[in-house]
Amino acid sequence: MAVYKLKTPISEEEIRKLKVNDVLYVSGTIFTARDQAHKRALEYFKQGKVLPLNLEGLAAFHCGPIVKKKEDGWTIVAAGPTTSTRMEIFEDEFIKSFKIRVVIGKGGMGKRTTEAMTKFGAVYGAFTGGAAVLAAKAVKSVKRVEWLDLGMPEAMWILEVEEFGPLTVAIDSHGNNLFMEVQKKVEENRQKVYQKLGLST
Amino acid sequence: MEMENTVENVAFNLLKLAVIYLPEDVKQALQKAYSDETSDAGKTQLKAILDNIEFAEKYQTPICQDTGTIIFYIKAGAKAKNLDRIKGALTKATRKATSDVPLRPNAVNPFTQKNSGDNTGRLIPWINWEIVPGDEVEITVLPKGGGAENTCIMGMLVPGEGYRGVKKFIIDAVMKAGAKPCPPNILGIGIGGGSDIAMKIAKKALLRPLNVPNSDPEIEKLEKQVLEAVNMTGIGPMGLGGKITVLGVNIDYAYRHPASYPAAVAFNCWAARRATARISADGTVEYLTHKV
Repeated sequence: MAVYKLKTPISEEEIRKLKVNDVLYVSGTIFTARDQAHKRALEYFKQGKVLPLNLEGLAAFHCGPIVKKKEDGWTIVAAGPTTSTRMEIFEDEFIKSFKIRVVIGKGGMGKRTTEAMTKFGAVYGAFTGGAAVLAAKAVKSVKRVEWLDLGMPEAMWILEVEEFGPLTVAIDSHGNNLFMEVQKKVEENRQKVYQKLGLST
Repeated sequence: MEMENTVENVAFNLLKLAVIYLPEDVKQALQKAYSDETSDAGKTQLKAILDNIEFAEKYQTPICQDTGTIIFYIKAGAKAKNLDRIKGALTKATRKATSDVPLRPNAVNPFTQKNSGDNTGRLIPWINWEIVPGDEVEITVLPKGGGAENTCIMGMLVPGEGYRGVKKFIIDAVMKAGAKPCPPNILGIGIGGGSDIAMKIAKKALLRPLNVPNSDPEIEKLEKQVLEAVNMTGIGPMGLGGKITVLGVNIDYAYRHPASYPAAVAFNCWAARRATARISADGTVEYLTHKV
């Protein structure tokens, strides 16, 4: 298990060094994107419209933060990760279209995302679900917000972060997926668990 | 009017307390989980959880950004006055907490997808009413996050299989949920009644503190057995592998129809937020879950 501290924009070469179980801290610009922001960004791409931010080399954070308006901008109050599987239907296209290098979320992602990460060079960093204050502490400033018409949780919040983490690398760019490995082990335990409950057939 | 203001203030305080401070029993269970966990990834997650709880208290900010759908449980004394004003007061308190604590606006119209922006909307906040003897009003708030809500499940099981069927139903639900409900979880299990009743009592079972045993020794045994079994799955904290997948299992039941065997599993995430207060007829307020 190695510890990496990377600054965005991150190159493909840098990200390919990471392996599952490594710990990653990200500094620089990251952006939040949930279901609706993924959907809209891909629609823009299809229509050849320019996104409000160049996403290449950045980290997409699956997060619907609580944000408070202040006189000269916004403050992040709480910003933990949301369940990433909801974005599984978008993420492979998203990685391919925008060349993001890190996806931050909770709960892991599936085969399509793992394949895209292998092909285009990206990793999935698991952040502790619910650890919203830890996350908010790493956010130095809210640079700006786009697509606020989608609502506070679904808007694209562009954040400046410092050592955002710890992120457990749970999908690397070499086809390894830690969550799927755990799922496999859990499945292997099923009969043992049934037995414990007197359910074995 | 005075009663209405008291209810509004108390409900606001409860929302604030619930989203910032976890109840003692949950904190203790998480500390124990951290010392019992043996997997590195699991321990890293539990450490982050404990740090996060501490920071939330220190900076007076919500533990998790998902401050949930706002659900209240009201025990209304039959002799308490102005009960018809409570709903309005709870709605006002929800709006105020959303802007002042703040809470994340989580109330979305399912047809237009428009977020109301203040955590209120048709039937939301949801209020569970119970009429009890006396003149006091007890208010409980259960702000429950979406991740752990999405794995809740209800099933109409086969009566002939008895509660063996329930055990399998629970294990299968936990295994299917995996990392999604932010483990370590608390499981509320509702058995019997009817399709709606099973889930209602399952969710309400989440209100029982982890250090309060079931009043029925037989069910307490079943709770322990299910807890041990679930912790053998290997899902672990945040689904990254480990031995602590649940912190507690709370079971409740209702009598069932001879032909039906409803069962429900309500997941709560590790950030198992709840807060309760009692308002006496003279307006005195006692907070039951938190020191104020």
